Amino acid sequence: MPLRSVRIPRIPRTPHSPRGPRRAAAPGRAARLGVAALAACALLATAACSGTTREDGESDRDAGAGASSTATADPNAPLAEDLAVAFLPKQVNNPYFTVADEGGHAAVEEFGGEYKEVGPSEASASSQVSYLNTLAQQHTDVIVTSANDPNAVCGALNSARSAGARVVTFDSDASPECRDLFVNQATAEDIARTQIELIAEEIGGSGQIAILSATPNATNQNAWIELMQQELEKPEYAGIELVTVAYGNDEDEKSFQETQGLLSSYPDLAGIISPTTVGLAAAARYLSGSEYGGRVALTGLGTPDQMREFVHDGTVAQFALWDPADLGYLAAYAGAALASGQITGAEGETFTAGELGEYTIGADGEIVLGPPTIFTADNIDDYAF
Amino acid sequence: MTAADAHSSPASPDARAAQNASPSPAPPASGAPPAGGRAPGPSGGRRGAARLGAARETGVLLALLLLVAGTTLANSRFLSAQSVKDILLGAAVMVVLAAGQTLVVVTRNIDLSVGSVLGLAAFATGKLFVAQPGAPLPLALLVGLALGAACGLLNGALIAAARVPALVITLGTLYVFRGLDHSWASGEQINAADMPHGFLDFGTATVLGVPVLALIAAAVLLAVGVFLGSYRTGRELYAIGSEPTAARLSGIRVGRRVFLAFVISGALAGLAGVLHAARFGTVDATVGTGMELQVVAAVVVGGVAIFGGSGTAYGAALGALLLTTIGSALTVLRVDPFWQQAVDGGLILAAICLDRVLALRGTRRARAKEAPHGA
Repeated sequence: MPLRSVRIPRIPRTPHSPRGPRRAAAPGRAARLGVAALAACALLATAACSGTTREDGESDRDAGAGASSTATADPNAPLAEDLAVAFLPKQVNNPYFTVADEGGHAAVEEFGGEYKEVGPSEASASSQVSYLNTLAQQHTDVIVTSANDPNAVCGALNSARSAGARVVTFDSDASPECRDLFVNQATAEDIARTQIELIAEEIGGSGQIAILSATPNATNQNAWIELMQQELEKPEYAGIELVTVAYGNDEDEKSFQETQGLLSSYPDLAGIISPTTVGLAAAARYLSGSEYGGRVALTGLGTPDQMREFVHDGTVAQFALWDPADLGYLAAYAGAALASGQITGAEGETFTAGELGEYTIGADGEIVLGPPTIFTADNIDDYAF
Repeated sequence: MTAADAHSSPASPDARAAQNASPSPAPPASGAPPAGGRAPGPSGGRRGAARLGAARETGVLLALLLLVAGTTLANSRFLSAQSVKDILLGAAVMVVLAAGQTLVVVTRNIDLSVGSVLGLAAFATGKLFVAQPGAPLPLALLVGLALGAACGLLNGALIAAARVPALVITLGTLYVFRGLDHSWASGEQINAADMPHGFLDFGTATVLGVPVLALIAAAVLLAVGVFLGSYRTGRELYAIGSEPTAARLSGIRVGRRVFLAFVISGALAGLAGVLHAARFGTVDATVGTGMELQVVAAVVVGGVAIFGGSGTAYGAALGALLLTTIGSALTVLRVDPFWQQAVDGGLILAAICLDRVLALRGTRRARAKEAPHGA
């Protein structure tokens, strides 16, 4: 693939223009096309043009490594303007991703790129693949995605990368060899430790606790639960006994039933941790309407909007989560920094993500957003997501 | 519908309706099959069928009692006031759906769109309260009913116009309604904090220890049960399900009745959506996904024949209660989560087998009794 048709670029935005990038085509557009095309080619130079010179038959893995090692990072390079940034969440219409993608949208507006969100209405890997192929054909500069399956999307991600796209995963990673960066919401250790700290504080350091998880097969949930169990082995938590793990399958009805079951089966239960937003909201709703409200502590991972009512009525004192908007924001900036040549994705490189400040790339191209935010009655009204 | 239309005695589901419909123009004599021809022997089976109907519900009831007794033996808190209240609350939404589904299934049709209609109505309720925080509760119930009825109207109209099996049409509208819900919500979630306290309290309130939602479900059930059992239109639904051709020949307006069944089923699914929103306090576009299959399971477990013509709303409600209780029992018994679905399915099969055995025994006994008369 020696020459490709250049993506017809958007009219470059003036830095302080208050309007969005989607401006109607002006009469002068044709005249500017040449300049814009040059700019676009320069912009694609690091990624696409280097890709086209490779021999055919290279493995995907080499392609990935090649793309990031041919260029050297220039930390002082300005962020390129007019980047086409596409968000491909696990599923559109999922409130969590809606907020995350809006955070990305805000970042793209800040650095003057072109934002779009595409994605399937059901969270399946196969439907993500067709969106990825389309994005590759459209010569998208940055693809920010949350993988429905770490391996199933790999081929499509790599062909998008050899077509010039930079791939940043967030929320759920793809295999490291088929993306440039992974923006992790928080380390699993942080998430586990925070929740154990919260429940220990709630129940006064000793008593029986249970976990209300999503599905028995959810990878991230199981990783967190395992780390929580390790955390509980520490001497300061000797008085806390984890009696069982229940699974609400991220369904309201099932989560209700599981909460009921926990409370009937363990009369001395002092607290419940629910590391899933659906489970936490359902358990809170159940507790607030039952005789157990206020007697059994509840904490976990939830969104402020979902939990506001239950924090104000005293059912839940505190819970944790990262800000998904920040997650999308950081992912968009990471993608822009990659596409602008500020970073290549190597460990130890740093870049600035707008108002969130400076971030350093860790091992395996991973960036951690930060420790989870704790929401209480005092600060919950400062957040809206 | 006036009281004059009501039949005085509750009839057996199968045979009677076709007979009783005969005040309308008699079927053309030449070559027409006799009305109710394929329904179980109109001459002698009346009492047997009545027994059979009774046995169907007693079978489910027995399964329910066995389950409750067994679980209570293992954990006495299963019968505590809170736990019973929880089960009734859990079953309320399902009972409303099952009552509506019974109307459709007895006519030899099926409504697979109820889960999506419920989701749409639940989201509409949330939206209503976001727009009008002071909206009165009856208004929310009315909006749910009306929206559900509109969806049912569409189902009914499509089935009547396209003359395609309801299974296909409602499978289509299942996705259409869900798609509408998704595009309307566009990722938005409506949370407990967005809904007025009065509405949320309605979801947990009790009268003399019985949840209000369960009382509403009981009222709906009673209305549907009486309609199916004692009203002419209700009886005609059975006739249609027993043998549509015979029903048509005996003067029943089959298209109209089936249309009505779908409208009511839709309206009740809409009502269930409002109840769902009140109970869970969180709604997004995925509410009620997959619920249609649970409802169909409840209706079938409750002894409503999937090929129409027999079964009662009470049986379907018992089926819904049984399924909800199975769900609660499994968690109270701390069944391994990896096995729960399999055990759930196994218990449903066991309940159906028990019901079948009792029903067969009932028929055999009835036949044995009738034999001397017939001879």
